[in-house]
Amino acid sequence: MPTTITISPVTRIEGHAKITIQLDENGDVMDARFHVNEFRGFEKFTEGRLLWEMPGITSRICGICPASHLVTSAKAGDDILAVEIPETAEKLRRLLTLAQWLQSHALSFFHLSSPDFLLGFDSDPATRNIFGLIAADAEFAKRGVRLRKFGQEIIEMLGGRRIHTPWTVPGGVREPLDPAKKNHMLQWIPEAKETVLLALATLKKIHVKYAKDIPEFGNFRTLFVGLVSKDGGLEYYDGVLRIKDGNDNTIADQIDPKQYAEHFGEAVEPWSYLKFPYYKPFDYPRGMYRVGPLARVNICDYIETPLAEAERKIFKTLNGTVNVVNNSFYYHYARCIEMLFAVEKIEMLLNDPILLGNNVRSLASINRSEGVGCTEAPRGILFHHYHVNKDGVIQKANLLIATAQNNIAMNRTVRQIAAHFIDGKMGKITEGILNRVEAGIRCYDPCLSCSTHALGQMPLHIELIDAKGEILDEVRR
Amino acid sequence: MPVVTFSIDGEQYSATEGENILEIARDHKIHIPTLCFLDGLSTLGACRLCLVEIEGTPKLFPACTTKPTEGMVIRTNTDRLKKYRKMIVEMLASEGNHQCAVCIVNGHCELQDLAYEVGLDHVRFPYLYPDKSLDATHKDFVMDRNRCVLCTRCVRVCHEVEAAHVWDIAGRGINCEIIADMNQPWGTSPSCTSCGKCVRVCPTGALFEKGAAVGEMHKERGFVKFIVNARKKREWVRVAPEDE
Repeated sequence: MPTTITISPVTRIEGHAKITIQLDENGDVMDARFHVNEFRGFEKFTEGRLLWEMPGITSRICGICPASHLVTSAKAGDDILAVEIPETAEKLRRLLTLAQWLQSHALSFFHLSSPDFLLGFDSDPATRNIFGLIAADAEFAKRGVRLRKFGQEIIEMLGGRRIHTPWTVPGGVREPLDPAKKNHMLQWIPEAKETVLLALATLKKIHVKYAKDIPEFGNFRTLFVGLVSKDGGLEYYDGVLRIKDGNDNTIADQIDPKQYAEHFGEAVEPWSYLKFPYYKPFDYPRGMYRVGPLARVNICDYIETPLAEAERKIFKTLNGTVNVVNNSFYYHYARCIEMLFAVEKIEMLLNDPILLGNNVRSLASINRSEGVGCTEAPRGILFHHYHVNKDGVIQKANLLIATAQNNIAMNRTVRQIAAHFIDGKMGKITEGILNRVEAGIRCYDPCLSCSTHALGQMPLHIELIDAKGEILDEVRR
Repeated sequence: MPVVTFSIDGEQYSATEGENILEIARDHKIHIPTLCFLDGLSTLGACRLCLVEIEGTPKLFPACTTKPTEGMVIRTNTDRLKKYRKMIVEMLASEGNHQCAVCIVNGHCELQDLAYEVGLDHVRFPYLYPDKSLDATHKDFVMDRNRCVLCTRCVRVCHEVEAAHVWDIAGRGINCEIIADMNQPWGTSPSCTSCGKCVRVCPTGALFEKGAAVGEMHKERGFVKFIVNARKKREWVRVAPEDE
């Protein structure tokens, strides 16, 4: 009898979603889907608002990565004002973006995913969360919390508050950096570096411990899309678009991010509020691509900081002779490499005297009717595209969010994990197996809303439903 | 000039006949909340936040337009007044589109300050979410009617101090809104001198400077008193913002 298994809500992700797994009459997986069941509507309700308000409004999209929306929106504003922002402002925005990466990646690795790694996929779900982690290894958990705090403190020192700072504006930033704050930030660097290295060492042990499971965690070829610097280095704030495929062929390079709409389309499915972006020349759904840490570390030719570059070289050997890592489990590894890069690069930026300049804002009025902002948010490339009238009132807004761009791949990952771990002969489906399906989603660290989730406290509700809609079995966490 | 004696909140006071209760209370550091009132402009009694109780009548009176009489017993801070003041702010919140978090004057808004003062932790009335317009046609300033509380400070300052009379109120009841000249885009107004006084007196983020981002718009409102004093008394005395 065909059966549907529903995992709702998916826990330890940012936002609200459920997973359904459809089984055929033999109990084998027929299909599995990742449904995003929340709706935000920012593209619509920002119509009629002013360009200068957009960074403040769009940063409210997310409580985890508000700084990414803030900076991207301000960049779209720069484009519409048609200004070059002062060099100090650009460096300060870069610092903010890296702090955002660091705090978001630390949250993903330590708070959301480590419980699976250190306590085990099959451990008791009641304690498989940050609190269980604290009980099991308080020092490790504390270090993770402090690493996130470092990122947030930078954001607070720059913008006056940790979440939803309105500090970045079209034309630059509002305030120059106070030298005393710079020195305070520098004091954090040794500890932060140590913590990231600990995370990397821990993760490498996990790679050995779960060697049997890992090959099934979203292991398939897709395109990889992201920004690289003009000479091919890992990039996070500016640069050009590069697209590579799963065999390390460069499909496109040196694309101006402002031309994104020519290269990417967005498909819609009736069962999810999350759109399905795809690479236009390959059509939907074959134009599936991945963004975020895995894509960024895959497509870049080098990383400019020494420790991260050394790790990148090890990362590149994971897939044998192929120079591209196709397995989504290694998002975690790429994320840790990026944390290392972020710490090293923050140190470099803080030691740059230009950072303390006082000229931080270019003033101009509306000089273009359309503008695109693009940065690398923690979860992948992010676009804000606005159309304004001559007075600066938004006529149309298009936001292409990183998580959406991973949507096709996340669905494929769910399907792959479900098909591998669930089969008709196994009898009862254990909670640990369903947790692996969720963990597949967590690899991408999807950010579906504007706030953190309840960190594993929310109940997992699974229903086994037959073709007539009757509940055959029910499991509650 | 005749002097009247009366009591406010149990204390005896005397004042020159003709002064209103609000002025007298402020002179004696008795706080009465206000919104439409602004020192230097004519009084209107529109917002009803400064309502006070007067013994012997069940009616409530706006302090800004009521003058004390001999032996009057005035109360400014009873439970009934607190309840009504809170309700007024609740209704203002529900009638417009007030989103403090992303507002240009977040942290420097008189309506927001009032909400804190009256203890507005939630709104019991359904939000109306009116479909109001935003006029960004002026080269320097913006009028966002979503945030307007119809205090008419802009109307009065433009008429009484600048003497341009750009602003007026159109419509009736809940559909009232501020219009420029003959209900035309602000940028096309031939009477506007672009002096910016209306922007500075506006208690909320309804009027603001173009280019300001969230929370960036600070307004110093003491200039009205300064100009009026200068004009009437030939005195140029700057009022410190904290004494406004």
